Order: sequence, then C-alpha cells, then structure tokens
Amino acid sequence: MTKEKVPARQDFDQLNRDWFIDKAVQVLVFLGGISAIVFIIGIFVFISREGLGFIFEDFSFTEFFGSPNWRPTSESNPTYGILALVAGTASVTGLAMLVAIPFSLGAAIYIAEFASGKKREFLKVTVELLAAIPSVVWGFIGLAIMNPIIIQTFNVPVGLNVLNAGVILGLMAAPIMTSIAEDALKAVPDRYREAAEAMGATRWQVIYKVVLPAAKNGLLGAVLLGVGRGFGETMAVLMATGHSINIPTSVFDSVRALTATIAAELGETAVGSPHYEALFTIGIFLFVITFIINLSADLIVRGVRKG
Amino acid sequence: MVAVAEPTAVNKLEVDRLTIRYGDHVALEDVSFEVRENEVFGIIGPANSGKTSFLKTINRMDMFDSNMSFEGAIRFNGVDVSRVRNVYGLRRRIGVVFPLPVGLPLSIYDNVALAPRLAGQKNRAELDIIVERCLRRAALWDEVKDRLHSLGSMLSGGQQQRLTIARALSQEPELLMLDEFSIAVDPVTTMRIEDVLRELKKEITIILVTNLVQQARRLADRTAFFLEGRCLDVAPTEELFTGTVSDPRTRDYVEGRFG
Repeated sequence: MTKEKVPARQDFDQLNRDWFIDKAVQVLVFLGGISAIVFIIGIFVFISREGLGFIFEDFSFTEFFGSPNWRPTSESNPTYGILALVAGTASVTGLAMLVAIPFSLGAAIYIAEFASGKKREFLKVTVELLAAIPSVVWGFIGLAIMNPIIIQTFNVPVGLNVLNAGVILGLMAAPIMTSIAEDALKAVPDRYREAAEAMGATRWQVIYKVVLPAAKNGLLGAVLLGVGRGFGETMAVLMATGHSINIPTSVFDSVRALTATIAAELGETAVGSPHYEALFTIGIFLFVITFIINLSADLIVRGVRKG
Repeated sequence: MVAVAEPTAVNKLEVDRLTIRYGDHVALEDVSFEVRENEVFGIIGPANSGKTSFLKTINRMDMFDSNMSFEGAIRFNGVDVSRVRNVYGLRRRIGVVFPLPVGLPLSIYDNVALAPRLAGQKNRAELDIIVERCLRRAALWDEVKDRLHSLGSMLSGGQQQRLTIARALSQEPELLMLDEFSIAVDPVTTMRIEDVLRELKKEITIILVTNLVQQARRLADRTAFFLEGRCLDVAPTEELFTGTVSDPRTRDYVEGRFG
C-alpha cells in the first residue's frame, strides 16, 4: 500500500452529516421535479390511448377540423366536426380577455402602485376572495342574472351567448390575473421607482417607463394564465354560452365550447364507441393547444429576457 | 536589515497558473502567486481586471454560474479546491464580505448567529457570546446592542456592511476575503474596520480586494496588481509603492497616473 502518497485531506473536506442531508434533499426535490413530467406523460398516454382508436378508424382530418357539424349521435350519418366548438371556445376566450386584461391590469396597478395601508389590504383580500368563487356560481350568475339583463338591454331573444359567457369568464379570470400581475409589480424593487422619481418623473411616467417594462415578464405570465383559464374553463361556459353548436357571427349568438362538449356528453356515451373516442380526441386537441400556449409563453418570456 | 532566515511562513493559499473564463471571455489569465498564513494580501486594480472572479473561484462560488470555468489550481491549506468533495465545508472556513452589503432578512442577532447555528451551535449563552464578540469586532456593537432583534436588512448601508463583516467573522474563518468592503462605508467607519483587520491578522489570513490604492498601502503586507485579467506584479506592499516594479503600469496605477 502506498498510502503515504495520497495527500492528506484536510478535515474541512469530510463528508459530514450536513453534506449527506444536502444530497438526500437534492434527490427528494429531484424526484418531486420529475414527478411533474411523469404525470404529464401519464395523462397524455391515457387520453391518447382512449382517443387514438378514433384517430385511426373514423378520423378524417378535414372533417374533424374543417366541418362545423358535430353530430356524433346521428343514426345514419354521424359527423365529428369541431370547427364550431373551436370557434365557440376561441370567441368566448377572446372576449373574456378583452374584459379581463384592462380590469386586472388596472386593478393590479392601482393596488401595487397607488393604494396604501388599509385600502390596499382590503382590496387584496377582496380580490383573493373573488378568485375563490367556484365556477358553477359564476355560471349561475350568467344564467340567472346576466341572461335577463342582456335580453332586456339589447333586445335579443336569447341572453345565453358569447357576450354573456365572455363577460362571465372575463370576470372569473380577472381576480387571479390581478393577483399575479400585482405580485409582478411588487417584485420591482423600490429603488427603481426612487431613481426614476428623483429625475422628476410623474407617478404615471414612473409606472409606464420603468415599472411596467421591468415587470413585463410577470404581466405576460398573468395574461397567459388568464388565456389558459379561459380555454380550460368548463362549467361556467357550459351554463352561460347557451350550449348550441354555432359558428358565431355576432356576440349575441349562442355557442358551444370544446370543454363543455366533453363534460356534457362523456357520461352519455358507450365506452369505446366512436363518439366516446371522438371526445377523447378533443381532449388530445385541448392538451396540444394548452401545450402550445405554454410553450409559446415560455419562448416569449425568454425572448423578452434576452432583448 | 540583517539577513534573517525567512520566517517559517506557511502558504494559506497557492495559486498555480490560474485562468478563469466566462464562456469564451477570459477574465483572468495565467496567474500564479501564494498567500501566506497570517498576512493581509492586497489585490488592487481597476474594474474588470478579474479581482472578483478570483475571489469567487477560491470558495467555489463559480459553481453558481454555469458559464464560468477555470483551469490551473488553487490550493487552500494544500488542498486543490477544484477537487474538494464538500464545498460547504470549504466555504465555512472562508469568510466573504461582498462590495454591497447583504443584510439577510433576519434579525441582527440571527444574522450573526447564522453561521454558528449552521455549524450546529445551539447553546443560547454561547451564541450570545459569539454575537457580541463579532459585533464588537466589526465596530457595530454600540450602535445595535439595544435592538439586536430588529431586522438586519433595515440598517443603513454602512451598518449593514459592518453586520456583514460580523457575520463573516462569526464563521471563525481561517481566511477572510473582503471585496471592496469600503464602498458603502463612511471614512471613519472604514478606519475602524481597518483597525479590526489589523487585529484579526494575528489570527487569520486576509485577502483584501480594494480599489483604494492607499487602503492597500495601509493594510496589506504584500500586494498584487491586476490589470485586464493579468497579474502584473506581486510584491511586498512598500516595494510596490516605492521600489522597483516589474511593470511600469503598476507604478502609474499606484501613483494615480493611470489611463
């Protein structure tokens, strides 16, 4: 043994208890981290397995994406076109964002930059309370309150339509968007504001020139979270859209959303039937869209960071 | 002076052909020198000369920056830091004071008691003693002794810097590295901290990175001059300031005739 050749390690380099705890925690959080990936893959495999049968047998790309006719229960000639459903989801989500973005950014800027002390605390608690209202309650408001208001105000026959669902969904998404946006604004260090204010910038100039650019990643995140929420929301849109298959030409048309279709029909279908599998194919489609939204959000945020 | 045998100075740190890179950019190139036990080793030089990168490499803070890499060797107590298995153990032996004070969002007491607690000290009376000693040494005790349990991050800049020094001392480091500590501190406090460093030198080794040339002259036993990623001179401090230097740029810099 040439033991004396090995340089004597100093005692600081011993692997002590702290070191082992550190390594153990690293392994644990690593498992936690990859479990998210495992779940995502698991979900994807599950919905794919249920939906793939449809894709390989009855699926026609042009019919699925190009036809507005969703008639899966037709005896003689069932058709599976989701164009109208996509249009329904897109129109409702788009309108919801038109409602939610100004509301939530306005509220976030007010809470983070102008309100102070008790007023601020009160507003924050209220916004968080709003975010906790279950979606079925929002659907109920759409059905029982918005519906007659729309019928009376605009003199239209039906009040369950794009306008109703868009407003309801916008109000639903606004509180959580406000919360995230406010966090993003609060994360901007005060010394940025002080430096800008010392140059004689007005409150609004400070916000517009310094705070908003510094917080833009977080604000973009808030908006995309809202889009995701609108896309995935089921119960409120089921209740407030009117649930009729339609490519909307105005905000007063009733529509039907992708998610609502799955929720309303899945329980009624025979497991393994083309209808059942077609609903899972919609699920795959929703999954892919969500993935694309998140991925592009990620890329945008990265691009913003580089620029 | 009569030729006295070299004092049996042990090298605390040996830097052997060290090159530090950020990606393709070379921050420090082919630097070799040693830091002896119980000396104050000064490093002077303008911004972007590689001083901070050098400090980061010593206690392996380069690991936080995936872009950062180094070649050559730094030996701390004879152990190559790039081969250290337990970097936490290494870091606990080395105290660092950063240019801008970082008061952790804990109470003043907890800031200073953090390192002993990390090392497993739980005895309250012992902790009290350590906290008082470290705060006294950092010339902060008198100002904060009545509010030890208020937030450390609420102190003024200069006080936070002394808190940082107290915290670094609470590790009982063998090597203390100060990176331009006087940036956020007023001149009077700077002088008091310099006195503290002179005292500390009896027990530990100090690396003092400073952009105040006169501070290096006041404190450092030996001084290195870094410029644009190269170490142009390493010499006993007085020699660097008055004697012959190997590079004329060193003389220009220490005399303020630079650029």
